[in-house]
Amino acid sequence: MNSSSKRKAITAVVIAAGCLMAGGVVQAADPEVSLVIKEHQFDPTEIKVPANQRVKLNVHNQDSTPEEFESHSLNREKLIPPGGKVVIFVGPLKPGRYDFFGDFNPATAKGVLVAE
Amino acid sequence: MFGIGLIVFRETLEAALFVGIIAASTRGIFHRTRWLTLGASAGVLGSIIMASAMGRISAWADGVGQELVSVVILSVAIAMLAWHCIWVGAHSADMAKDARHVGESAARGEQTLWALAIAVGLAVLREGAETVLFVAGLVSGTTEGPLMLAGTVAAGLALGASVGWLIYAGLGKVSPHRLFAVTNVLVLLLAGSLASQLARTMSQAGWLDLLDNPAWDISALMPNDSVPGMVLHGVIGYDASPSQLQLAFFAGTTLLIWLAARQLKARVSRRRSAELSAA
Repeated sequence: MNSSSKRKAITAVVIAAGCLMAGGVVQAADPEVSLVIKEHQFDPTEIKVPANQRVKLNVHNQDSTPEEFESHSLNREKLIPPGGKVVIFVGPLKPGRYDFFGDFNPATAKGVLVAE
Repeated sequence: MFGIGLIVFRETLEAALFVGIIAASTRGIFHRTRWLTLGASAGVLGSIIMASAMGRISAWADGVGQELVSVVILSVAIAMLAWHCIWVGAHSADMAKDARHVGESAARGEQTLWALAIAVGLAVLREGAETVLFVAGLVSGTTEGPLMLAGTVAAGLALGASVGWLIYAGLGKVSPHRLFAVTNVLVLLLAGSLASQLARTMSQAGWLDLLDNPAWDISALMPNDSVPGMVLHGVIGYDASPSQLQLAFFAGTTLLIWLAARQLKARVSRRRSAELSAA
């Protein structure tokens, strides 16, 4: 086996492992929170989530323009197409406040996630 | 308007740095401009197609379709960069020695051009799809005049591209017999950077639930959205507060590639000395 195919094999294993975990039961236990984007604003602007536990964010963009959910402190960045519904996993988080914003409309789309 | 130009600039910057480094690492190689242009053009075309399908892609796999596509794109791009690094690393001594025989050394470099063209195409696709979607949203949603909008978008694109050109021109100052060694380190770091993004993508999609704590946080010192932060992000995947998983992916990938290159290099030089003693 040469080095490049070794590398590719490792990549394949990583993807396969990822897909397996996606189909697993791990997700079922994660608490879920919903977030809506409307007129370039988040609703609600403050969401509370349990700390030290991974959380599933369901984001629904009700605008006719795309938005990008972004947070430096949560280390997350994701496009949400017009009318799109996406899922973003965050955490497990230490208790605290984590700012997020809409990268395409940073002046209006602001919010904070509170882990407690 | 300024904000629009800034977003376009930021998206362009990352792809431009990538292309600039790859272009520098293939300087003097036959047909390289043709190959890289082909890769970048395919990336632009792919961006438009992917942007128009983004609604459907996002809904795949229960809302994590984007990550599914990203994982495939990143994995293939990493494999392509790895192949180039390993091959060039193993032959770099000859390539530098043959720098006078430009023809021969250049012909050797052709061996990995296809892989780099694919990597360039994928890098452009990743950043491009986002930009296309953003600009398309503006066209339908903004109140600004279309001319003003087109000008702003063009300025953002041009400014981003010029930073890519700067790194290309800067690397042009490196002496020819050290060029492959220098650019190979940069390509290795690019591969590590993509691996770090792969780690974050998998955490975000919920496929890997481990080591997602920040390894450190220096966002007060150099935030992600500062100019040096953005440039370093494009070159080494800089993140002010990377997760431990991102660091592990970065280190693991660069180490694996480096080890593989070293092994192949040893094999190449063994074969060479065997040939010499036989002759």
